[in-house]
Amino acid sequence: MKQSVQTNNRLSEAVQRIQPSGIRKFFDLASKMDNIISLGVGEPDFVTPWNVREASISSMERGFTAYTANAGLIELREEISKYLYNRFQTAYDPEHEVLVTVGASEGLDVAVRAIVDPGDEVIVVEPTFVSYAPIVSLAGGIPVSVGTRKEDDFKLTPEQIEAVITDKTKAIMLSFPNNPTGAVMTKEELQAIATVIKKHDLLVLSDEIYAELTYDGEHYSFSRLPDMRERTILISGFSKAFAMTGWRLGFVTGPEDIVRAMLKIHQYTMMCASTLAQHGALEALRNGLDDVNKMVDSYRQRRNFVVKSFAEIGLPCHTPGGAFYAFPSIKETGLSSDDFAEKLLMTERVAVVPGNVFGEGGEGHIRCSYATSMENLEQAVERIGRFIK
Amino acid sequence: MKMESKDIEILHIIEENGRVSLSTLAKMVDLTEDEVKQILKKLEDKKVILSYSAVIDWSKVYDHEGVTAMIDVKVTPQRGVGFDEVAERIYRFPQVKALYLMSGAYDLSVVIEGKTMQEIARFVSEKLSALDSVISTTTHFQLKKYKHDGVVFEEGEDDQRIVVTP
Repeated sequence: MKQSVQTNNRLSEAVQRIQPSGIRKFFDLASKMDNIISLGVGEPDFVTPWNVREASISSMERGFTAYTANAGLIELREEISKYLYNRFQTAYDPEHEVLVTVGASEGLDVAVRAIVDPGDEVIVVEPTFVSYAPIVSLAGGIPVSVGTRKEDDFKLTPEQIEAVITDKTKAIMLSFPNNPTGAVMTKEELQAIATVIKKHDLLVLSDEIYAELTYDGEHYSFSRLPDMRERTILISGFSKAFAMTGWRLGFVTGPEDIVRAMLKIHQYTMMCASTLAQHGALEALRNGLDDVNKMVDSYRQRRNFVVKSFAEIGLPCHTPGGAFYAFPSIKETGLSSDDFAEKLLMTERVAVVPGNVFGEGGEGHIRCSYATSMENLEQAVERIGRFIK
Repeated sequence: MKMESKDIEILHIIEENGRVSLSTLAKMVDLTEDEVKQILKKLEDKKVILSYSAVIDWSKVYDHEGVTAMIDVKVTPQRGVGFDEVAERIYRFPQVKALYLMSGAYDLSVVIEGKTMQEIARFVSEKLSALDSVISTTTHFQLKKYKHDGVVFEEGEDDQRIVVTP
């Protein structure tokens, strides 16, 4: 007992306050088992397109082994800027408003640290990516969760934000298309949120890492809305769209003063993103969009298959408009998310992630990634069908 | 021929996996099974879909190893029918697996499969070279197949990802 007290004293209160990721438990269980079909994977099942890999190998052969500018290669920032404008009609100055980061994860972290003071409240829209609340806590902030609901297709409503705003609220973290629900929001729905944000003078961290993976319409970037550009930090990266998860390369864009602040943190912690990865990313943006389109077509087909198949076996599931996750309700089985996921893994050897690890509103659901082969999906649906009978 | 986007989507899917079941295919493209059946029939009738085939690595099947050769053929085109007549005479041989009219140093590229090199040599000297309009042939034997019809042979395709991730 004494030992543990001593150990705890060595650790910061902020670190002690946060919990390990709820996904960890399922990872530990599943990784010890053989022959499982995994729908638990939050990353593309494609390998990074060959031309991107080749560009990176070539960069090493040519001896690009030194640091780049802290903010990233200027050619890459220019290309990011063009890409954002061409694809999502958001314009950013590559010199002063773009920062290349070590994955979107670092982008999120520096963004939060650049704007949050101890005691500031940050609204986190749940169910959501597991990192948001811990990142806020580590920066000394207070995450305030807002749970979206299946009845609203997991979209956020202005009333839900209004209900939790206090005079300490500094910012809100948005993530559409969403992990784990796959929810997307239209321009009009985002505009309704923007009105509240402007009224209360909040900042917005808009994680748009899944923007390319939008299936039934165009992605609408939050910073395009009137008056939102100056209060929005857009976070994205190469992992999901270009199947580059292991490269750890992302970027953040935003108003110059905030990007400058983020650059300060980034230069004292990361120095710069990997040079090798930056050269790969440059090729991805210049010549990789055809590959992205092919991958998106494939995800869309698998999404259609999964949603229709779940409906057939009696697992109600809203149609996710983006990302590569289905988030069916398992309430009718009478099991909790945790029990469902664990029993499914043990009896049918299908790994899914219990919805409650993604926060408020996730209980009663499971996250099923359809970034796996059609053969695996067919098998998984059959097994899940057998399990819930 | 102008096609609907669903037709093209279906073609892409079955080109990659000709064994996909009708019910899976229908769900993937968000149509009913009957609608997909009709589209497939239309595409087959119009000879857009020519056959459903498998890519097989015969080198792994004992006693079924074969030899493939690509033969560059120079021919004299015939008045009125150009290369079509000689092409037809060549592609009717069952040993001929593919035949293309080419630009450049030669006219026809013929892909032949046989059990042995001798069998192919015999076909070239006795059948192909014997055709009146054939001026010359150059035979290239395939030594190893790395990629065929977009499929890479011998590539490790295990999923390298960890089982559960955020």
